[in-house]
Amino acid sequence: MSDTAPAEAAHAAHGHHEELGFLRTYVFSTDHKMIGRQFLFLGLFMLMIGGLLAMMVRWELAWPETAVPGLNWIPEPYMYGGIIPPQTYNALFTMHATIMIFFVVMPIMVGCFGNFLIPLMIGTRDMAFPVLNMLSFWVGAVAGVLMLAGFFVAGGPAASGWTAYATLSAKAAYTGVDWGQNLWIISLMVLGVSSLMGSINYITTIVNMRAPGMSYFRMPLTIWSLFITAILLLLALPVLTAALAMLLFDRTLGTHFFLPEGGGQPLLWQHMFWFFGHPEVYVLVLPAMGVTSDLLSTFSRKPIFGYHAMAFSMIAIAFLSWIVWGHHMFISGMNPLLGTAFMMTTMVIAIPSAIKTFNWLGTLWGGSIRFTAPMLFALGFVSNFLIGGLSGIFMASTPVDIFIHDTYFIVAHFHYVVAGIIFALFAAIYYWFPKMFGRTMNEGLGKIHFVLTYIFFNLTFFPMHFLGVAGHMRRIYNPTQYEFLQPMQHWNVFITVSALILGASQLFFLYNFFWSLFAGKKADRNPWQANTLEWSAASPPPHGNFEAQPVVYRGPYEYSSPEVKEDWLPQNKQLGTTGAAARAH
Amino acid sequence: MLRWLPEDVSTFGPDIDSLFYLIYYITAATFIIVTVLMVWFVIAYRQKEGRRATYTHGNTTLEIIWTIVPAAILIVLSFMSVSTWARVKRHAPESDFELQVTAKQFNWEIVYPGTDGKFGTDDDKKFDNDLHVPVNKVVRIHLQSSDVIHSFFLPNLRLKQDAVPGRDILVWFEATKAGKYELPCAELCGFGHSGMKGWLYVHTPEEYAQWSGENLAAKPQ
Repeated sequence: MSDTAPAEAAHAAHGHHEELGFLRTYVFSTDHKMIGRQFLFLGLFMLMIGGLLAMMVRWELAWPETAVPGLNWIPEPYMYGGIIPPQTYNALFTMHATIMIFFVVMPIMVGCFGNFLIPLMIGTRDMAFPVLNMLSFWVGAVAGVLMLAGFFVAGGPAASGWTAYATLSAKAAYTGVDWGQNLWIISLMVLGVSSLMGSINYITTIVNMRAPGMSYFRMPLTIWSLFITAILLLLALPVLTAALAMLLFDRTLGTHFFLPEGGGQPLLWQHMFWFFGHPEVYVLVLPAMGVTSDLLSTFSRKPIFGYHAMAFSMIAIAFLSWIVWGHHMFISGMNPLLGTAFMMTTMVIAIPSAIKTFNWLGTLWGGSIRFTAPMLFALGFVSNFLIGGLSGIFMASTPVDIFIHDTYFIVAHFHYVVAGIIFALFAAIYYWFPKMFGRTMNEGLGKIHFVLTYIFFNLTFFPMHFLGVAGHMRRIYNPTQYEFLQPMQHWNVFITVSALILGASQLFFLYNFFWSLFAGKKADRNPWQANTLEWSAASPPPHGNFEAQPVVYRGPYEYSSPEVKEDWLPQNKQLGTTGAAARAH
Repeated sequence: MLRWLPEDVSTFGPDIDSLFYLIYYITAATFIIVTVLMVWFVIAYRQKEGRRATYTHGNTTLEIIWTIVPAAILIVLSFMSVSTWARVKRHAPESDFELQVTAKQFNWEIVYPGTDGKFGTDDDKKFDNDLHVPVNKVVRIHLQSSDVIHSFFLPNLRLKQDAVPGRDILVWFEATKAGKYELPCAELCGFGHSGMKGWLYVHTPEEYAQWSGENLAAKPQ
């Protein structure tokens, strides 16, 4: 890896570390930066799998029951000469969603950037519990292996949707999937342990290990978002783990938590799942919001507009996320009076999201905007989040939800929000790549990647609203079976063609990423002229991060401050004699 | 975009559609305003030699305005939604036309109570996937499931309700136009989910009398 030489040089220079072997450096590392990189590679690997599964789903929807090119080697009964059977189709979308949520967005946004950035941005040497941190990654990797193992057991992987609604998921006879579903459950329980270890670590580190002067309200919004995310995970995951355990007992031990024939309640699963599931949505999107805030400020060369409003709106979102879960269940058979209550809370949670969007606009206003690849992706995130947020209002209104629930309108909505996170994810990778690997990614390729991704993302997901308005149900294998959907089938073809190009456009990223790892331009400490502490460490930072303990004098967004001649003012730069000198200069 | 909505033939459909349109106009206007501002800012405030960004940390008045205005709109929308929701889901009108629909992998089993008006007796009539009702008549359906969760979806009547095993959920509708309308399952229910569908036949009173005479009469067919 590219950081070997500087890291070893730093070790040698400081002379207070014994040389770590290959295993301790790259595999069972306790260095938060290496663990962050490990999460990144795990997430990127899973992103490729999740993306390819989506391509197969799209192929089936556009050209139902025709052979997928190049896949005729997959044996029966999983595929028939390249034709996807309904059972496999259900497994494809189930695994696509599960992988993208739990093994792409969470490992990269929370696992990778949480680990890599928290100690660097708050100015400390490492995480509070380095060994726990290492365990968190390896337990997560085991969960990934268990999840993928589902593809290789008889009956295939889980096929009851990522939401695994009981009773469908609670009895093997209903789906024909036996161990695939059990592995899915066990994998998510194991992953829950990984996330718990991570979140305990994040919270402890942020509370206790901030650099001198780094008060809570001098923390970058990325750190705020990761802090809140960790608290949400800590509180939400035990609920999911409990629900998963009950589901596993129903499947294997003959209990009836969710099975009515033994007195169980299928709706109990939905309540528990969404009590976890809605905070989970914000676990995914809050770090994206934090990163976007930092990048918009940095590349507009302007302080974030309304820092306190940004931090408090994230806290508000976190609180409200506990009382909106019922909006997933308006037509589930839950008491309709509860539907009214959950509609109210859901409308309220839209307010902090609106505040964030307007404050991002305010940040751009009057700026001096640099259109770098990370900035373009951050702008793309704002633009997609706007659409995803607005489309959420339709389904918050209970009467409208009666019609659009479980249609492609919902699919469009959550892809604009959750798949839209991939814009913040790419923004973060382009932005922090120099710090992570000591080299810079190619800007030109990054811009091409942005333009193609932005165009084909919208051409893929926007027309799904049209399908939803026409009543196109989710999770159907063959839309041409329905007379009322036949006039809309051309949209399915259009979406699939766009999705295939969107998928192919990611080759620009993959090539850029791996080429830059080894041959990218060497990065200096602060290539973006940014204020936050990580940019005052070497690129990449050595074990222990900083040469001397940084001291923080101000907030993270002092761009274009009148106090200095340059248009940035690092958090740890002491003004005084040097500041006066700079002004006189 | 909303021109793709299926034709509405229900009594409560116009209420739902008018909310749909209202939210569509509000969100479309918001989308246009924010997008125009964003494009304008991005172009107007691009990096130029010799110009420094405005040094400001925010504006409390502006922030209060853009908190209160969306809040007011969202609260009004909520209150507008309450009555329609209550009409569709909470206050089913009385009717002497009751049916039982039991979802099962992968069919809709439709039961007419027969001449005695009671379910679970010998003169019940069962049909798979074909639901016949008269036009302009309140239809009350006892929705059940015998295996997994299904969802009873009538796109043309703006009606959707999950069928939950172990529960008996009352749904109602009143069709305003005779015709043949599709009845798909909208909740993933297994490998046969796609293609689990029936047909709703809305008959004129004369047609319905004829159909029921032929199919629901007491004598065995």
